[in-house]
Amino acid sequence: MYLGLIKIKIRMIVQEEIENKTIKPINKEAVIIIRHLYKSFGSNHVLVDFNLELNKGEAVVVLGKSGSGKSVLIKCIIGLMKPDKGTIEMFGKNIGSIKNDELDKIRAKVGFLFQSNALYDSMTVRENLEFPLRRHWIKVSQEEVNAMVQDALEDVGLKHTVDMMPAELSGGMRKRIALARTLILKPEIILYDEPTTGLDPITGKEIIGLMKKIQDKYHTSSIIISHDMNCLRMASDRVIVLVDGTCYANESYEQLLKITDPKVKQFFE
Amino acid sequence: MPLAHNLKLFLTEAGGMSRFTGRLFRQWFRPRYEFAEFFRQCFIIGYKSLPLVGLTAFIMGLVLTMQLRPSMMDYGVESQLPAIIGIAIVREVGPVITALIFAGKIGSSIGAELGSMKVTEQIDAMEVSGTNPFKYLVVTRVLASTLMLPVLVMLGDAISLYGSWLGVNIRGDTSFSLFWTQVFDNLSFNDVIPAFIKSFFFGFAVGIVGCYKGYNSSKGTEGVGRSANSAVVVSSILIFVIDLLAVQITDVLGFN
Repeated sequence: MYLGLIKIKIRMIVQEEIENKTIKPINKEAVIIIRHLYKSFGSNHVLVDFNLELNKGEAVVVLGKSGSGKSVLIKCIIGLMKPDKGTIEMFGKNIGSIKNDELDKIRAKVGFLFQSNALYDSMTVRENLEFPLRRHWIKVSQEEVNAMVQDALEDVGLKHTVDMMPAELSGGMRKRIALARTLILKPEIILYDEPTTGLDPITGKEIIGLMKKIQDKYHTSSIIISHDMNCLRMASDRVIVLVDGTCYANESYEQLLKITDPKVKQFFE
Repeated sequence: MPLAHNLKLFLTEAGGMSRFTGRLFRQWFRPRYEFAEFFRQCFIIGYKSLPLVGLTAFIMGLVLTMQLRPSMMDYGVESQLPAIIGIAIVREVGPVITALIFAGKIGSSIGAELGSMKVTEQIDAMEVSGTNPFKYLVVTRVLASTLMLPVLVMLGDAISLYGSWLGVNIRGDTSFSLFWTQVFDNLSFNDVIPAFIKSFFFGFAVGIVGCYKGYNSSKGTEGVGRSANSAVVVSSILIFVIDLLAVQITDVLGFN
């Protein structure tokens, strides 16, 4: 009887290990693996059996209509929303079943650029940039913090704004500062939520150029939520077309242009 | 049916607020402790409210004295004015009026601040930055407002009584020390302690309602305005409800 109980216990532990922590990515280079993801709001099924793999150093653009669940997808990836079903693995760990401390450690390696920038209104640009450093318990001296803030601002070309308040900045500048805040922890993955929405085409192109520059400089992997064709053309290695909550097409930008399916073609007309 | 609908809305809101309060108590004592943000909030909620509370308390003491004086004169008990004003201010008028002013200033500001942080994704950004936003934003604000209101009430009472002394001296001549002696001779701990204790509850109500309304704000800028507005309305009503309960409890306990 005891032997039976021990066997059951071992099986449970092994099962738990498989489900939670020790799943190896199918693709050794994959930093994010999403399997059979479902998310609904009442009767509105936003994500239905959605699958995605993001490889190291790759930039994937997720394209879809407004309200098609693109933002929900990246909020599920970063753990701001809980999916109804399915698994999301980041760096080999299932983020749905790990503790908050562990999730925070993973989040320290992931940058998130919010659609609304989400700069803290009551803090200066410097304080905004210092906030993630202080909160992730990264032990650095004040001199190092200052240097990191200066580096991040230099990357986005806004060194002179360090003591300004977010309200004093233009839309494009706010987006750059938000990008600098994302960069301060030198993330391995950056999630961009509609980075060019609300910007004029010229500033939008500048932001896309900046994203590309950052990817080349820091070899980050990115998931970019966008319906900006410039973003697709300039920043994507691969494009995923989200239709009815599922991954409808998964091709490079050039290949997508050749697809005649009306559900895909509508985005390029 | 509008009545059934309104009842459902009320119960939903009450349930939401109860869950929110439960969550607050669960997080209250757990590390990580946000001391820096707590002291910053004490400064904003307490120190920065002092000019407004002080001004209203001063005017309240002065006006109350001037309006009470003719009636007291009619009954020939003008000399009892400091005693009556002292008891009225310390037991009831001071805590309630200060709490209502506090609800107007702090309740609305917390509701609007958290509401705007919610709709501009700043709360999400905080969570992504390895911060528990509930602990950082809600626990610190509720704790600061719970602890700061009693301090403001005490200071407000003192300023109000000073205004009352000036009011007495507009048509009379009472020395400062005589006025205070009369006030304190007629006050007992039974007057001071229940008033002091209930002001903690007033502060808690203002903090928790402001945070609840702001934290659950939605529908963009319109939602932010609505959060600020309903934070003031609900916390003001709660102040009166708590006051009513406090009177009953102090009565049962023999403080009256």
